[in-house]
Amino acid sequence: MIQVEGLTKYYGDHPAIVDLTFHAEAGEILGFLGPNGAGKTTTMRILTGYMPPSSGTATVAGFDVVDQSLEVRRRVGYVPETVPLYPEMSVVEYLEFMGSLRRVADLDARIEAVLAEVHLEERAASYIGNLSKGLRQRVGLAQALLHEPDVLILDEPTIGLDPAQIIEVRKLIQEIGRSRTILLSTHILSEAQQVCDRVLIINRGSIVVEDSPANLQAQLAGAERLVVIAAAETSELVKLLKNVPGIADVIEGMQEGEVQVSCAPGTDARPLIARRVIEAGLDLLELRTVGVSLEDIFLQLTREEAPPLAEPN
Amino acid sequence: MRNVWIVASKEFRQYFISPVAYAVATLIFLILGGIFFINVYFAIRGSQIDPDGRLVLGPLVTILLFATPALTMRLLAEEQRMGTIELLLTAPVRDWEVVVGKWFGALLFMLVVIAFTWVYPLILNRMTSPGIDQGVLVSAYLGLVLLVATMLAIGVLVSALLTNPVAAFFVALALLLALWIVGSLGSGAGAGSLVASNLSLVDHYYNNFYRGIITTPDTLYFVSLTVLALVLGSQVVESRRWR
Repeated sequence: MIQVEGLTKYYGDHPAIVDLTFHAEAGEILGFLGPNGAGKTTTMRILTGYMPPSSGTATVAGFDVVDQSLEVRRRVGYVPETVPLYPEMSVVEYLEFMGSLRRVADLDARIEAVLAEVHLEERAASYIGNLSKGLRQRVGLAQALLHEPDVLILDEPTIGLDPAQIIEVRKLIQEIGRSRTILLSTHILSEAQQVCDRVLIINRGSIVVEDSPANLQAQLAGAERLVVIAAAETSELVKLLKNVPGIADVIEGMQEGEVQVSCAPGTDARPLIARRVIEAGLDLLELRTVGVSLEDIFLQLTREEAPPLAEPN
Repeated sequence: MRNVWIVASKEFRQYFISPVAYAVATLIFLILGGIFFINVYFAIRGSQIDPDGRLVLGPLVTILLFATPALTMRLLAEEQRMGTIELLLTAPVRDWEVVVGKWFGALLFMLVVIAFTWVYPLILNRMTSPGIDQGVLVSAYLGLVLLVATMLAIGVLVSALLTNPVAAFFVALALLLALWIVGSLGSGAGAGSLVASNLSLVDHYYNNFYRGIITTPDTLYFVSLTVLALVLGSQVVESRRWR
């Protein structure tokens, strides 16, 4: 549904994205993950026909984003990061305007349908300027769904929302995603984990990793971490555990008597640690594994990509 | 073409809920009404009324010089500042349709305002015998519409260039004023003054339309300046995509 090949965009001399290649299948929810300034918005703007790439090609639903821009725009629904709407218009007025620009057939019925889809029926007559951020986000979604697009592009759809709204919007995206291809960007990893079928991690304009959230986690599953808390001084505990076989690293934890232990992949050091602590005459208070989150993967990947801090001039 | 109409009608409706548009309309009607009243009042006291619709049109043109930039300043500048242009330009709409639609919406609003000012010549016509020269009136109003269309197009162009509506107002006003006073350079002799006079917004209006003479060169001047400004405006909007 979305096919991107060698996409590159320069703002002046500064590259925003470099040689990006990826694809999204029909009906897939593809997560676009990266820190701020990684090039997510730029990529989305190219795919929506807002700006052309410096080089490379991108097709959406089989149409080239540069040469057949109008055809692409007819098939894409887009919610930019800031959800730019006209505050002085009412929700219905706004949808009528966007719908007529998009030549939506039977517009009134469609407006009713999308308002129901995003659960906004009661606020149909409200002025957009009086709506909360979460409601405005839904107006943005309604606008993007009006013409029943094949592809939905959502730029940071949950940014700036409160936790309850975030959960609602995510649920909404999953509902919508059952029948459509969705490309959504986020820098919240748990969001990608929850919502997406596949995740692209992008940093400094290039793709670092491309996989399903489950696979990404499995990759690092071997390198599990343990938290050990004992009634002892932290330094004592570190010294004690450092030379246990199968332990790669021991670092001091947040509180007195707590250490975090990284194990070598494929080993379970828990029985050994427990025995060692008790044999040393200390009271073991807690011993648990910490699951590796996408956060860890992300930090690890993006850190590796970062250049040295000091660059000679 | 339908997209032009959709954008235009949105802008037109927008003016009726915009404080700026009401301020502009109030300004026009207040000043114009005041001028009209004073003129008629003193004419009656001197028991001599000059039967001329231009009593209204002269000051109206001057007011419009300041009013049109106020109407066009936010058309594109605000869309660019607020980011709403992003959704507009990712809808299946061509850039020029957006620009022309914005301009046409503003023109429709001005036409409504101008139509209301017709009431003053009507009053004047009733008061005087044998009435005022209707031919001059029609010609002067026709010229006025062309003049306003041109001024609005220049305002839209400036609004496309800038992202700050207030800046857009002052730059558009400065441009219009420059085109306004360039004619006064044309009072001398020689090729330079001829060029200046031909560039002037006012000369093309006051010299013929205002006197009841409709000529092709004057009409062409306004039409081509309007088209030029709108084409440039579309180019500016399109160029933003490439930055």
